[in-house]
Amino acid sequence: MNAPNLIAHLPESVGLHGISRSFGTSVALHDITLSIKRGEIVGLIGRSGAGKSTLIRILNGLDKPQSGQVVISGQDITDLDEQALQPIRRRIGMIFQHFNLLSAKTVAENVALPLKIAGQRPEQRRKRVLELLDLVGLADKAHAYPAQLSGGQKQRVGIARALAPDPVLLLSDEATSALDPETTGAILDLLARVNRDLGLTVLMITHEIEVVRQIAHRVVVLDGGRVVEQGPVARVLASPQTEITRALVRGLSPSLPADLAAQIQPQGAQAVLRVDVYGASARLPILSQISDITGHPARLLHGGLNDVQGEPYGRMFIALGTHDAAKLAQVIAALTPISVGLEVLGYVASDV
Amino acid sequence: MSQAMFELLLKGLWETAVMTAVSGALSFFFGLPLALVLVTTDRGGIFENLSVNRILGGIVNALRSVPFIILLVAVIPITRLLVGSAIGIAAAIVPLTIAATPYFARIAEVSLREIDRGLIDAARAMGATRWTILREVLVPEALPGIVSGFTVTLVTLIGASAMAGAVGAGGLGDIAIRYGYQRFETAVMVAVVIVLIIMVCGLQAFGDWIARKIDHR
Repeated sequence: MNAPNLIAHLPESVGLHGISRSFGTSVALHDITLSIKRGEIVGLIGRSGAGKSTLIRILNGLDKPQSGQVVISGQDITDLDEQALQPIRRRIGMIFQHFNLLSAKTVAENVALPLKIAGQRPEQRRKRVLELLDLVGLADKAHAYPAQLSGGQKQRVGIARALAPDPVLLLSDEATSALDPETTGAILDLLARVNRDLGLTVLMITHEIEVVRQIAHRVVVLDGGRVVEQGPVARVLASPQTEITRALVRGLSPSLPADLAAQIQPQGAQAVLRVDVYGASARLPILSQISDITGHPARLLHGGLNDVQGEPYGRMFIALGTHDAAKLAQVIAALTPISVGLEVLGYVASDV
Repeated sequence: MSQAMFELLLKGLWETAVMTAVSGALSFFFGLPLALVLVTTDRGGIFENLSVNRILGGIVNALRSVPFIILLVAVIPITRLLVGSAIGIAAAIVPLTIAATPYFARIAEVSLREIDRGLIDAARAMGATRWTILREVLVPEALPGIVSGFTVTLVTLIGASAMAGAVGAGGLGDIAIRYGYQRFETAVMVAVVIVLIIMVCGLQAFGDWIARKIDHR
């Protein structure tokens, strides 16, 4: 399974070119350039105030950038007025943290609303609504009102509503942030299924790395209105490059325990390496490769492999068993092509 | 109470009901669109237009600040122009409507403003036109509050119509003043008050029932 590589050849669904947006003197987005391929699930992650919500609102024209270009399915929508944006928005589904269902309408009427807006006749709408409620597993709730549903059920209605007009793009604005972990899992499964079965492009904004880990193919990290890091989820989890990413992935990406970290010195009996790996190379016999070079048994001090959607990734802290500089250089040369992150942390005593 | 007095009360009840119903219906008809304009032309509204908003807001405030008893007399020229007379039920409906329209508009406005902005965003994100947002989101979502507000307006109108009675519009207020007060017929006064209490309680209960029925929040 290597979805990101397959996706690289697909046509672009969303293109942002040099987007900047500020509110008064505060900069919400600064020179954002981003491309989302058709059929891809991209997780856009950042702390609150990073500019995520502004970015998603710019994608369907609810907000306008001060500079830059927004291209949806090949069409530049940057300068379109409200009226010209309407047909485009009808092809972009959106789901919200607080569901935003109409309380005065039944579940079926909520799901039918985008179809009504698109001008479909009642008989057509009824048929499509039933299909959609079936898809999200709420066929029996068609005539209930949103207030009678649980949070997870409400979000299912939100998803059915977003999918109703056969969108080319689904925007998810913190769609699982108000839900408990179990419900979150079920909603993410549903989104992953929709992506797989309908080939729908999905952009999820979230502050939860878990959401990204479960279903995103690619992650984009936003901080202070800038894209600070992006790449396949396994690579970013294996080797986060920036402080903010490290903070966000904490818990999913191992760090050296404090007692071990305290023992690391500039000099010592054996070198300690941090090796970040993902994809196929994560399953190579790295420890024995190192031992073959150094002639000493290499030991895993901490870390190991994990997997994200079937793709292995991991971070390993390895004690080489030697401090020999020439051997160390050889090890680094051998590991560089197969790792995404490599660092000599220092030296520890031989009995660590 | 004599048969004649009973018939008098019945006539007064009918007149009050007609004044309240007609001016109520008219103030709903004018007040709801007014409320929608006030909400949607405000900053960040779907028809944002601050000058229209300020002007209408000013007119509403001006009308709301005139005590009804003064408004009643002040609009007599308009009343004459519209119904040809300043006396009678039809004549009372004009000032009642003029007073109740901004009153109801302000109450409806509050309900409309309480709608979560997220719902309007959701509709915009679906590609809804502004008219669709008005029809499918704003009005239905605010409807329970609008119905409650309309009930309050009707109750206020019953009270105001009694004042209109003082200038010859007929109705229960007229009877209470002429018979109960000026002729010292306490029984009539008490009867009028009881009828008014029953009328207001019944109306309020009915309004509450409707509001509850359509409220799915």
